[in-house]
Amino acid sequence: MVDVKEKTESVPAEASPQIVIDPTREPIVVVDGLHVVYRIYGAGGDKGTAATALLRMVRRRNRPQMKTVHAIKGVSFVVYRGDAVGIIGSNGSGKSTLLRAIAGLLPPERGAVYTDGQPSLLGVNAALMRDLTGERNIVLGCLAQGLSLEETKAKYQEIVDFSGLKPEFIQLPMRTYSSGMGARLRFAIAAAKTHDVLLVDEALATGDARFKRKSKAKIEELRKDAGAVFLVAHNLEVIEETCNRVIWVEEGVMRMDGDPKTVIAAYTEATDK
Amino acid sequence: MSLAEFATRRGLSQSAARPPLRQYIAQLWQRRHFVWTFASSKSISLYTTARLGQLWQVLTPLLNAAVYYLIFGVLLQMSRGIPDYIPFLVTGVFVFTFTQRSVNTGAKSVGDNLSLIRALHFPRASLPFAYVILELQQLMMSLIVLFAIVLAMGEPLTAHWLLLVPVILLQLAFNIGISLVVARLGAFARDITQLLPFMLRTWFYASGIIYSLAHVQNRFQDQPWLVKLLEFNPGYVYVELCRHALLAKYRNYVEDLHHPIGHLWWYALFWAVLMFVGGFLYFYRAEERYGRG
Ligand SMILES: Nc1ncnc2c1ncn2[C@@H]1O[C@H](COP(=O)(O)OP(=O)(O)O)[C@@H](O)[C@H]1O
Ligand SMILES: [Mg+2]
Repeated sequence: MVDVKEKTESVPAEASPQIVIDPTREPIVVVDGLHVVYRIYGAGGDKGTAATALLRMVRRRNRPQMKTVHAIKGVSFVVYRGDAVGIIGSNGSGKSTLLRAIAGLLPPERGAVYTDGQPSLLGVNAALMRDLTGERNIVLGCLAQGLSLEETKAKYQEIVDFSGLKPEFIQLPMRTYSSGMGARLRFAIAAAKTHDVLLVDEALATGDARFKRKSKAKIEELRKDAGAVFLVAHNLEVIEETCNRVIWVEEGVMRMDGDPKTVIAAYTEATDK
Repeated sequence: MSLAEFATRRGLSQSAARPPLRQYIAQLWQRRHFVWTFASSKSISLYTTARLGQLWQVLTPLLNAAVYYLIFGVLLQMSRGIPDYIPFLVTGVFVFTFTQRSVNTGAKSVGDNLSLIRALHFPRASLPFAYVILELQQLMMSLIVLFAIVLAMGEPLTAHWLLLVPVILLQLAFNIGISLVVARLGAFARDITQLLPFMLRTWFYASGIIYSLAHVQNRFQDQPWLVKLLEFNPGYVYVELCRHALLAKYRNYVEDLHHPIGHLWWYALFWAVLMFVGGFLYFYRAEERYGRG
């Protein structure tokens, strides 16, 4: 657990390891000493036999093939209503993992994430059901998010249009889609619902220029209704344009948290070396 | 003041927390269309890659029945004394398969859908529910084949057949319950999925699918508790009740052996309620942890 201190003139933010909170603003996301660990099964390749499985269970020992990845190592921060937070960091630094944990989709190993309302993740890595057609993915995606049958029917055409998929592809399994097509469809499905806290993971990076423009407009629209927006993007200009605050993560640890100009400058300097 | 205190004081709640039970049940009920559509979509996609497509839904149970008949009826001569062994065996295999497959797919229902779990919010119990509904849809196909076989073997179509409905419904509740249990076990200990086939095969042989318990009980006359125990086995209970509903000759045969079956209905109800309620609560208590492994 992380201690907090109310903001006073005398204490500069960087001087203490504590989180400094602003009592005048309304918090919407609180991340408290968050750790996330992935467990990967079958990393060794060999499937094992029933006999060895039984032995392992009797001895209460984990599979030898099980590997763990400690993706987020103790991150804490507070986000307020109206914030648009950009998250930057190199590949594999834990940006997507952090967003999934905030969304409550990956349970924390230690620590906790507190939110006001239900966060929603619009991600490119949010693959749905590969074996099912685009049409089925739309219907099931809407139903799983809690839309009713009527709402799903009403939104269906809008989702197809927004994704920009050609009609002949809608009837093909999603595994036959290019990654750009899949990402567009998944973004369109997730955007069909209104959100309190919106988490956008590189959704702007995939797709052609036209889709980028459309999805940026959609994000703006969603941001107006949302209490807060988180944005992961490789394009630092997009971050600087849309965000009022930037968090830099590296190897699962928060390196910096502050206004976009300062953090992006420090990040560019570190990566250019 | 800690961050956690600060968050709760300002009215924030944990994003990965499990909702209260009533709310969870309401959410699950709200996802009933998801459960049904997921099941039918999966059963379509299961067969679209095969050349004969949907025909496999009927062919698979038929081939299974043929294999069991060859091994147990013709080679091992298990049929001795049982009238109309083919419908007896086929009913047993099809009905038991419903439970067996529910357990097998239920155990993988969380692990096979991690990408969905990590992408969208929904009550995770929808997944084991959906897989059992998928198996129910397969059972319906098998039942059509079964009716054809039973009628072709000269069994009469009687009002007793209607008893099939309550039996299958009770079995469905039992299957959902047991599938929820193995879904939680399988989500955190994948080894379960390797052990299950062996447990299920043992269960199959203990459930009187290829032999009649009423018939062999004479052999265990000095161990009445063993017969009682075998009768209490849910695998046996649902199969036997289905046979009594469908097969008139078998019904008369068991009556002649002075082997009452009324108490089996109580067992069927007992197992259905126990597994459904227990399995649901057991699965629910780990709701916030699915998706990590
Ligand atoms: N599904 C997963 N299973 C196991 N490890 C994962 C998974 N997703 C990400 N990781 C690991 O977690 C770390 C952080 O990944 P990620 O959050 O995707 O980084 P980023 O989005 O910043 O590129 C990486 O080391 C990655 O290998
Ligand atoms: Mg990423």
